[in-house]
Amino acid sequence: MNLTLKIWRQAGPRAKGEVVTYPVTDISPDMSFLEMLDVLNEQLTARGEEPIAFDSDCREGICGMCGLMISGKAHGPEVTTTCQLHMRSFHDGDEITVEPWRADAFPVIKDLVVDREAFDRIIQAGGFISANTGAAPEAHSVPVPKPKADRSFMAAACIGCGACVAACPNASGMLFLGAKITHLGELPQGQPERDARVVAMVNQHDHEGFGGCTNIGECSLACPKEIPQDVINQLNQDLRRALSHGL
Amino acid sequence: MTQQTSGLIHGLYAEGEPIQDTKAPPGPVADRWNTRKFEAALVNPANRRKLSVIIVGTGLAGGAAAATLGEAGYHVKSFCYQDSPRRAHSIAAQGGINAAKNYKEDGDSVFRLFYDTVKGGDYRSRESNVYRLAEVSANIIDQCVAQGVPFAREYGGLLDNRSFGGVQVSRTFYARGQTGQQLLIGAYQALERQIAAGTVEMFSRHDMLEVIVADGRARGIIARDLVTGEIETHLADAVVLATGGYGNVFFLSTNAMGSNVTATWRAHRKGAYFGNPCYTQIHPTCIPVAGEHQSKLTLMSESLRNDGRIWVPKRAEDCDKDPRQIPEEDRDYYLERIYPSFGNLVPRDIASRAAKNVCDEGRGVGPKVGDFRRGVYLDFTDALRRMSKEAVAEKYGNLLDMYQQITGENPYEVPMRIYPAVHYTMGGLWVDYDLQSSIPGLFVAGEANFSDHGANRLGASALMQGLADGYFVLPNTIRDYLAKGPFQKLDESDESVVEAKASVDARLARLLEINGDRTVDSFHRELGNIMWEYCGMERSEEGLLKGIDLIRALRDEFWRNVRVLGAADTLNQSLERAGRVADFLELGELMCIDALHRRESCGGHFRAESQTEDGEALRHDDEFAYVAAWEWGGDNGGAPILHKEDLVYEAVEMKQRSYK
Ligand SMILES: Cc1cc2nc3c(=O)[nH]c(=O)nc-3n(C[C@H](O)[C@H](O)[C@H](O)COP(=O)(O)OP(=O)(O)OC[C@H]3O[C@@H](n4cnc5c(N)ncnc54)[C@H](O)[C@@H]3O)c2cc1C
Ligand code: SF4
Ligand code: FES
Repeated sequence: MNLTLKIWRQAGPRAKGEVVTYPVTDISPDMSFLEMLDVLNEQLTARGEEPIAFDSDCREGICGMCGLMISGKAHGPEVTTTCQLHMRSFHDGDEITVEPWRADAFPVIKDLVVDREAFDRIIQAGGFISANTGAAPEAHSVPVPKPKADRSFMAAACIGCGACVAACPNASGMLFLGAKITHLGELPQGQPERDARVVAMVNQHDHEGFGGCTNIGECSLACPKEIPQDVINQLNQDLRRALSHGL
Repeated sequence: MTQQTSGLIHGLYAEGEPIQDTKAPPGPVADRWNTRKFEAALVNPANRRKLSVIIVGTGLAGGAAAATLGEAGYHVKSFCYQDSPRRAHSIAAQGGINAAKNYKEDGDSVFRLFYDTVKGGDYRSRESNVYRLAEVSANIIDQCVAQGVPFAREYGGLLDNRSFGGVQVSRTFYARGQTGQQLLIGAYQALERQIAAGTVEMFSRHDMLEVIVADGRARGIIARDLVTGEIETHLADAVVLATGGYGNVFFLSTNAMGSNVTATWRAHRKGAYFGNPCYTQIHPTCIPVAGEHQSKLTLMSESLRNDGRIWVPKRAEDCDKDPRQIPEEDRDYYLERIYPSFGNLVPRDIASRAAKNVCDEGRGVGPKVGDFRRGVYLDFTDALRRMSKEAVAEKYGNLLDMYQQITGENPYEVPMRIYPAVHYTMGGLWVDYDLQSSIPGLFVAGEANFSDHGANRLGASALMQGLADGYFVLPNTIRDYLAKGPFQKLDESDESVVEAKASVDARLARLLEINGDRTVDSFHRELGNIMWEYCGMERSEEGLLKGIDLIRALRDEFWRNVRVLGAADTLNQSLERAGRVADFLELGELMCIDALHRRESCGGHFRAESQTEDGEALRHDDEFAYVAAWEWGGDNGGAPILHKEDLVYEAVEMKQRSYK
């Protein structure tokens, strides 16, 4: 396949960015989107131009490190991560724009690389169960009903990629946040800190500059792990509950 | 140690003094860990704040260690090269984690897990370490459940488990196909909690490029801030490397793209011995290579072997037929045929070699790469008949979806294709029972050390080892070391610091100055081909000697002709990769030398010169029942020096493995 790529280049956090056009040829449909960018980078290097910076690591759709806006869609046209998007999803002659995640809370570092540490700080605010090492009771002493365990698992599948934020017109991180609230909130182990957790995490989320949720639903559609929008309902319920408990 | 230039063996290496683990207490294997914990010195809680530890790596081993040492009150600095500690390569593990809980009452016990692991490792691991691993395994599950790790559960609300390659009991705990992710998120959350509490300082997007060794002790690291390019000095009372494995020396592997050997290799060059570098594990169930531009290989969890059946056509002529058109009687279920008692669940090395053999015979399936088909079928047809599609999807759904995503084929309709790929490295820095390397104060945990898996790792035991090291072992053993601290304050003007920093600066500058014709990746791919061809699943003396020559020539060209564009003071991904490939180019040679000297077949290492009459691997316990611990031969082209640690088996009897 031959394609025209329009790629966001930005030399540094404070530099002005611009879209640069690169034609690429001989792209095989079996390549992943990132392998296609690898090929382009090899060619750029050969020509003496600096290769395009983008993040990736596992290339298996699980680490959450990759993430690009591809023709206006977070991770591109399929519901998957950028590394698992294959060129068979495109057609010969397509023009494809490639941009970094756009959100105030995710500043651009270089080209297509953004800073997502705001997500880590939200977890720091309370996205954990306080269990010191060595003090844990025997695992079978706390049974978890299967439906709750399954729902917890479903929410725990979030890979922290940030596509939900990039897809949301408000740049809200509520899907990410709701996923963590649901993961821990469905488990008996998560109950003691449930109220405090939700209040602290929501405060941190707002403090980081993510927008509020207005139920548009783009987040859930873009999420490669198909985290459903109802985790945001759970988040809101938990928040109301915590506030009614006077937290 | 003094460098011997005379008496070089093969002209390639010299033999030095034997080495020993002096930390495991004597006595029955089952008592050693308790004894060691009791004997290890204590540190008063008020003094812990004054003691500092650097932990490089935030995977299961490093993340768990940082969280635990932070909780205990030490001052911890934690490093990773990704943007968040949650992205460490441990996240990719699919299948599960072993623990001797005997929840199924199927005869499991600490001793059986220990026994299986020693046997699975082909009697090339250390008994004391492996016993301890089995002993703490049950605590790991308790700890993770308490943190909220959502393991698979049965309807009664209790934990479920399954069986995994190489064992006949169900002791593997899992979270669908995302066990590594869920365990890592547990450790990551515990770590973030400590970051919030101020006991751990996190340095993400930092690349560790050098160890600082002062007065014979590890006292810090030099790291590059990958965003600003700044070269930073970090000092502490002890240093832990938990930086994962070096399978990416093969370029194509199931490892994450950034997995590298730099941290351990730099430590090796500073005096840490490298244990069994040639022990690579090849995983039997990966998606076969599809084309030239492939950047990595994807693993399909071997849990698929529980219900999937492996076969190739009996006749080479049938290989390009639609597999659904090949009748039962024309299929060769070769694992079930050759190994009737284990069938499709034989250990990884056996399954991998058997797949390679049938493909070498010309009975491989799938597209030709070059003029060769490298693939065998992993067929779920029987399982779908037996179990309903829903049940299969519940158990393996995300793996099957992943396969379809990558290959464009639907595994519910057409049998999947798999082929072996490099997956795990059992070798790593040599450590004693305390997980301390041959440099005092430098500890090594998880895949980065060599200790627990011998020549072959059983499935679901790397996650177990990472968490055992991080949550339970290191916090006890490093305490004993730290009790002697705090060590004398080290100044940034100390010679050891200045020298380490200068060598990093010089190296980066040199990589940028060469400005040759070839990209970093092209060197990496070529190195990978050499390693796979000559130091892969099957090795021979002739091939290894050739491999060494090729690597030397390639390394020489690299330093003359690599092209790294851009500057050192910004985010520069080619520069990051160039440094890693430079280290792989040195490691590759040592791997070949290690493989060359070990004239026996064991574990994931098949030596063509050492096989039984029916082509099975033949070990030589009389000559090779030792750990090969390699000392760096010096910067001026000195040959590496081999130190042997004899392996003594008291609790289990060494036997030739047989899965027939
Ligand atoms: C696809 C796949 C599936 C697997 N499935 C299983 C399974 O089902 N069960 C099982 O038991 N095992 C499995 N394994 C093996 C297991 O995942 C790994 O062995 C284990 O997770 C390694 O953990 P670790 O903590 O030692 O290192 P890693 O998780 O690899 O972490 C390494 C850390 O070191 C950091 N690092 C590395 N170099 C540097 C540097 N120079 N500077 C700064 N930081 C650095 C990285 O940022 C990272 O944080 C699997 C492996 C793969 C590849
Ligand atoms: S909720 Fe989905 S889109 Fe958002 S960070 Fe998690 S996995 Fe990514
Ligand atoms: S690179 Fe890990 S999810 Fe894409």
